[in-house]
Amino acid sequence: MGDEKRRILPGEACPSPILDHQQIVLGHGSGGKLTQDLVEELFLPNFTNHYLAQLDDQAVLDVNGSRLAFTTDSFVVTPIFFPGGDIGRLAINGTVNDLAMCGATPRFISVAFILEEGLAVADLVRVVESMRQAAQEAGVLLVTGDTKVVNRGKGDQVFITTTGLGILERPVKISADQARPGDRILLSGTIGDHGMAILSRREGLEFEGPIESDTAALHTLVAAMLDASEQIHCLRDATRGGVATVLNEIASRSQAGMEIDGRSIPVRESVKGACEILGLDPLYVANEGKLVAIVAAEASDAVLDRMRSHPLGSDACCIGEVVAAHSRRVLVKTEIGGTRVLDVMLGEPLPRIC
Amino acid sequence: MKYLDEYRDEALAQALLDRIRRVQKRPWMLMEVCGGQTHSIVRYGVDDLLPKEIELVHGPGCPVCVTPLELIDKAHAIASRSDVIFCSFGDMLRVPGSESDLLTVRSRGADVRVVYSPLECLKIARSHPDRQVVFFAIGFETTAPANAMLVSRARQEGIDNISVLVSHVLVPPALEAILDSPVNRVQGFLGPGHVCAIMGYREYEAISARYKVPIVITGFEPSDLLEGVLMAVTQLEEGRAEVENQYARVVTRDGNGAAQGLVSSVFEVCERKWRGVGPIPQSGYRLREEFENFDAERRFEVGAIDTQEPPVCISGEVLRGIKKPHDCPAFGTDCTPAHPLGATMVSSEGACAAYYLYGRHHKATTKG
Repeated sequence: MGDEKRRILPGEACPSPILDHQQIVLGHGSGGKLTQDLVEELFLPNFTNHYLAQLDDQAVLDVNGSRLAFTTDSFVVTPIFFPGGDIGRLAINGTVNDLAMCGATPRFISVAFILEEGLAVADLVRVVESMRQAAQEAGVLLVTGDTKVVNRGKGDQVFITTTGLGILERPVKISADQARPGDRILLSGTIGDHGMAILSRREGLEFEGPIESDTAALHTLVAAMLDASEQIHCLRDATRGGVATVLNEIASRSQAGMEIDGRSIPVRESVKGACEILGLDPLYVANEGKLVAIVAAEASDAVLDRMRSHPLGSDACCIGEVVAAHSRRVLVKTEIGGTRVLDVMLGEPLPRIC
Repeated sequence: MKYLDEYRDEALAQALLDRIRRVQKRPWMLMEVCGGQTHSIVRYGVDDLLPKEIELVHGPGCPVCVTPLELIDKAHAIASRSDVIFCSFGDMLRVPGSESDLLTVRSRGADVRVVYSPLECLKIARSHPDRQVVFFAIGFETTAPANAMLVSRARQEGIDNISVLVSHVLVPPALEAILDSPVNRVQGFLGPGHVCAIMGYREYEAISARYKVPIVITGFEPSDLLEGVLMAVTQLEEGRAEVENQYARVVTRDGNGAAQGLVSSVFEVCERKWRGVGPIPQSGYRLREEFENFDAERRFEVGAIDTQEPPVCISGEVLRGIKKPHDCPAFGTDCTPAHPLGATMVSSEGACAAYYLYGRHHKATTKG
């Protein structure tokens, strides 16, 4: 049935203008399909090499017998202060997490500030102090940096780029192409907190319970998981594009299918409510302190137990399984027992009308 | 979550499915009128669970999809002006006009903003007295009261740098157009719950009686949809054709009188063009004469824009129920949700987008 079963009737025209973007649109930075197009059609062909081709959030470099993890990330969030964090803490944790997602111990960070003329010095002080605290907590040293100022209106208060260096001490190979049928899919906690904290602050929406960003450095959680078992095949922090995007990336890179039980995915009531009101799906909403792990079936219980005993993984759960069928497709069992496809996000998540 | 989880309950869904299986004897084709219902059906896999003799078809009720190309081109012309702050519901930003979409217009420097409520425009207009704030007032009867409220408050408060680009459409004339089609196959409707929350369902009683077709006013949660299907199929099997109200927790027969009063004080019924369908008489709203100062089409003189929909479009055949999305040569190849050619592939409520995902999923599962 399928294709045969549904047909459309009035109002369902398919008119034709083509949308090849001649300008960069916000969707190119969303982490979804447009970002992927930019990477595959522009960046990869220009900079091709085997480190980059791995397409992970960090590169693992062999340098004189040491394995170094190397990554960079820019932070452009508005507002710069939000419930649960600020742009400074985000800039440290984000880069620490990208290093941690290959199993590395984060060590050194560089920072570049782009400041907009007119930014209150008090705000910059607040951001920098927050970065110092976050770096201390994560055990990384901020070892070099740069500062530029742009004309008023040419930036948005402050943009921060951090680059991180870490050391891989374990003989693990954790990468998005390592998922195998039978592997279990673990999620470290509730989803959508960061994105909805930002969105509700940005839009001035108030909900019954306050929604706070989940920004956190995940490297100690990863270390605990690796202590339990080194049979961890993939790790991703589910930032832009949310858990849905991470799962699709892994399914695609590993050429495997996935089956997710939608009912098992933890979402806070306040986040669920905010998503309902705005017509967003929490699976596509950004997180800044949650990871998805693909773990060999025989190791998954041990890893999950260890996650749950860590403060950043207390709500961890198994949300599904990697399968050989429907390669590159992520299927979700819905609340009522139906099935749907979890597709890649197209661009900016746009709230629905009704 | 309270008031939601109980309508997304697996045991309840299974119980309703059992009852549908017991009642259903013959094959039936039902149409869910609202895009929101289509979205829910796909999101929860409702159609996957129904007996395959019950065919659900998408209705015309996706406000983004039926907004005509011409209006979108007008929106782009207005939004591109440097003196304008153009405000819209989020979905509309990705819908292609003749040349681009609002996201692209924004990337070229236009001030395009997503609002969640039309009333946000009042605040924006007050804080930018030197600029023109334009709201893209689209949608069915559901969004009309809030849009009417914007115009009415703007006049009350003497905020004259606000105007609205109106593209309001009405459900009942669209249902009649479907039922009047000589090749119509729809045998029953899941009626538009939220539209009826505003308008009540008296209008639908006349349609049901005239065309002898069951109309069950239905909600948007999976168990609502299953119960709506059960009620419609029960009527069909028993040879009845009447209006029933599945969504009684929200909808009454007379609807929301205050909202209706507000709407009719600001808008009047007129002929409207529907994307891919063409003009349908008495099928939409325009501003009443006393509010014409707030009409963005007049204020920015875009009335002359008269875009014809491209001939490649298969809407004629689709309108008569002859073609399906995958009969379109571009469907699933040149036209995908990532790279939409048409509105129905853009909005998550659009038939093509829903159909595309469903079809892919189906192929994927059978292959596996």
